[in-house]
Amino acid sequence: MNRGGFLPIVVVVAALACVPLAVHSDLVLNFLVTALLLTLAGQGWNVLGGYGGQYSFGHAAFFGTGAYTTAILQTRYGLNAWPAFALAITAGATMGAAIGALTFPSGLRGSYFALVTLAFAEVLRILASVAPVTGAGVGILIRLDPGLHALQFSSRAVSYWFILSLVATALVATRLIERSRFGAWLVAVREGEAAARALGVDPTRVKLTAMTVSAAFTAAAGCFYVQHFLFIDAPIAYGPWISVEALLASIIGGVGTAFGPLLGALMVKTLGEAAKLITGDAPGLDLMLYGLVLILVVGIAPRGVAGIGVRCRTWLARRHIRAGGSTA
Amino acid sequence: MQLSILFPAIVNGILNGALYALVALGLTLVYGVLHIINFAHGALLTAALFAAFYLYLIFGLDPYIALLILTPAFFVVGYVLQRFVIGPFSHGDDSNTLLVTLGLAVIIENGLLFAFRGDTRTVDLSYSFAVVPFAGMFISVPRLVGFGGAVAVAALLWLLLTLTDTGKAIRAVAKEKLGAQLSGIDVPHIYALTFGLGAACVAVAACLLIPTYYVNPHVGNAFVLVAFTTVVLGGMGSIPGALIGGLFVGLIESLCGLYLGESLGQIGIFLMFILVLLFRPSGLLGARA
Amino acid sequence: MTQPILAVEEITKRFGGLYAVREASLTVEVGHITAVIGPNGAGKTTLFALIAGFLAPDHGRILFGNDDITGQPAHRLARQGIARTFQIVQPFAGLSVLENIAVGAHLHFARRAEALAAAEEVAKLVGLEKVLNQSAATLTLAGRKRLELARALATSPKLLLLDEVLAGLNPSEIRDMLPVIRAIRERGVTLLMIEHVMQAVMSLAEQIYVLVEGHVIAQGTPSEVAVNPQVIEAYLGRGAAARLAGGVHA
Repeated sequence: MNRGGFLPIVVVVAALACVPLAVHSDLVLNFLVTALLLTLAGQGWNVLGGYGGQYSFGHAAFFGTGAYTTAILQTRYGLNAWPAFALAITAGATMGAAIGALTFPSGLRGSYFALVTLAFAEVLRILASVAPVTGAGVGILIRLDPGLHALQFSSRAVSYWFILSLVATALVATRLIERSRFGAWLVAVREGEAAARALGVDPTRVKLTAMTVSAAFTAAAGCFYVQHFLFIDAPIAYGPWISVEALLASIIGGVGTAFGPLLGALMVKTLGEAAKLITGDAPGLDLMLYGLVLILVVGIAPRGVAGIGVRCRTWLARRHIRAGGSTA
Repeated sequence: MQLSILFPAIVNGILNGALYALVALGLTLVYGVLHIINFAHGALLTAALFAAFYLYLIFGLDPYIALLILTPAFFVVGYVLQRFVIGPFSHGDDSNTLLVTLGLAVIIENGLLFAFRGDTRTVDLSYSFAVVPFAGMFISVPRLVGFGGAVAVAALLWLLLTLTDTGKAIRAVAKEKLGAQLSGIDVPHIYALTFGLGAACVAVAACLLIPTYYVNPHVGNAFVLVAFTTVVLGGMGSIPGALIGGLFVGLIESLCGLYLGESLGQIGIFLMFILVLLFRPSGLLGARA
Repeated sequence: MTQPILAVEEITKRFGGLYAVREASLTVEVGHITAVIGPNGAGKTTLFALIAGFLAPDHGRILFGNDDITGQPAHRLARQGIARTFQIVQPFAGLSVLENIAVGAHLHFARRAEALAAAEEVAKLVGLEKVLNQSAATLTLAGRKRLELARALATSPKLLLLDEVLAGLNPSEIRDMLPVIRAIRERGVTLLMIEHVMQAVMSLAEQIYVLVEGHVIAQGTPSEVAVNPQVIEAYLGRGAAARLAGGVHA
């Protein structure tokens, strides 16, 4: 577990906040916005998958629920974007709690859990592609209305700061979890569920809470997507792309670390852009590279970039012990 | 609902189900022996479909003939993937295997997308629409062939596992890996062999599917969950279970499509999948995972 | 006569056709060290799993003090004061020694700082104070056994179930562990232990139950149990008691 404080978070966020002041290229800012969007989705996945050890293959379920809820509330019910945003996050969190309540008491874990989450996301995708309320095959378009009141930003920089503030909130929340009893219990469940139970930890309750928080973060990412791109449809909302990318960002950057998703998202998006440079807009190459990187990371550096630091420390500690340091 | 509408739906459901069963056979075999859930199974099916398609397009090879080429080819592909990618990169950890097979799935599917674009293609053969009359309705000949093929493959697999030494080795590893190792069985080789068999099954399924099905990079996704549902329903690791599960799933899909409309046919399957996982993960015939 | 802290009444557990534990009864007195011994496969660990809430019995009752705790789940029992260690140690490999123990301490201390402080205190009790910041994965087996103890102790249990805590240790490690176990008893924790290491059982336990094929076949003080013919036969085979009676005292 990390012993990091809040200072690194402040430093990193402040540094990132200064970027639009120095860089005025819309291209770069767009890139960073999508990277931060992915970060937020990944931060959600990381709470359940990284800290909790429950690998979900269907986080799209929460991304899409957040996205569709805010879209529907705004277009069908004329609700203002801000409360819609908040309500949509709640809807996403509720979806997380619902899926968790169905799956965890059954004791599903590992591959089965991954499968079930995948199934849920697929069910939602199919439903969304035919249901009238979600616009069926056509999707939902948000009316262009730039301004703070509608949570739409004509300035890239402001958009960037908005998503950055969401990411910063998630960073702080993650750090708080790390240092809390809930966090200790969550990691205990990941490391050894039976042993955790013997110590008074209720694994179902802990996983359920983690799932809810996880879903909330990813739903927020979905909400931001809608506000930024002003369009949502079933393959975007509930498609496997976001499930895979959120998972990938966390794993590459370092599962179970607060900064992992941020590092991972930046790397994933950089890779994607590089792929586009090489081959133009042919679809598929970027995801192909992601798959390759996933396999390489799992095989060579399972704890991701952030984990390499941890491994170095452990390796050094082991050498110290073998050289005659303290044993127990 | 009139029998004249219901009956064809049932028959078609069963015929479809046979092909689901064939796809699921490979999956359940791999799970039963390696105890891993191969997330790349659907992608392998897509790859096989593309292979069969291009063999037809470029060489004019009839899919039923291409079957003789693709089956051993995919066996080799499967063997190599398990022996040199999945096995080594997972370090034996379940979570890692999950991720590696997911990574493979993503690579294969998107590789196909990248190479061949996303358009849907079909193969038009002289017998694609041939039908035979049966009990007041017409049954599609390719689908009937598919049914026969599925049963034949299942029978062959059963024979392989029961009568040959290799089959016995496979069963030994499935039951007790350490004991098998101590008896001198080369476990990584058996693992790779089994995975190869699974891939070969998928190649057969693709060749049997292609006369009546379509080909695009996302087909794999559609089949992955159906295959998983079949396997879980029939019981992980059970070959008869995969057969019966497949037939059952085909039936459910057909009936759901009938009552709810085409596009929602698949929903019935997924919901059933979720329900089975939640309440009876051991399936109808399988061992508790 | 004070009320026993634990009373197991005619507890039975079947797995299919196999009776792992069959109408077993035992009582544990407050502050005492009670041991359960028996040949391998006798059902001792199953008995522990039943008491600690990892399994629910098919028949019978378990009373903890005045409360009927039959069938209650493990985490709830931990909160009520029953803790256990595992035969095969299960450290939280990704955490440090201190963090491992803190998970146990968090049962009663919600705030991280307090939990860590309590954990440090427990670590001193079992002799792990020098390795607090090491990863649990780097400990030797003896260290991991102590960690199991410390983690369970950190939950401030009234009753601690030790499942073969000495298994796999060499004689000097065993010798070092005995005072730790005694110190735990001094703190007021009642101990129920499964053990194969006879020297430890004989020197530590005040009351011994002998479990064979799921049945309790004998109970008593160490000296009583050691000369019990049925116990001797369970370990050394039929007729052994008679042979021994004629020969050297075992």
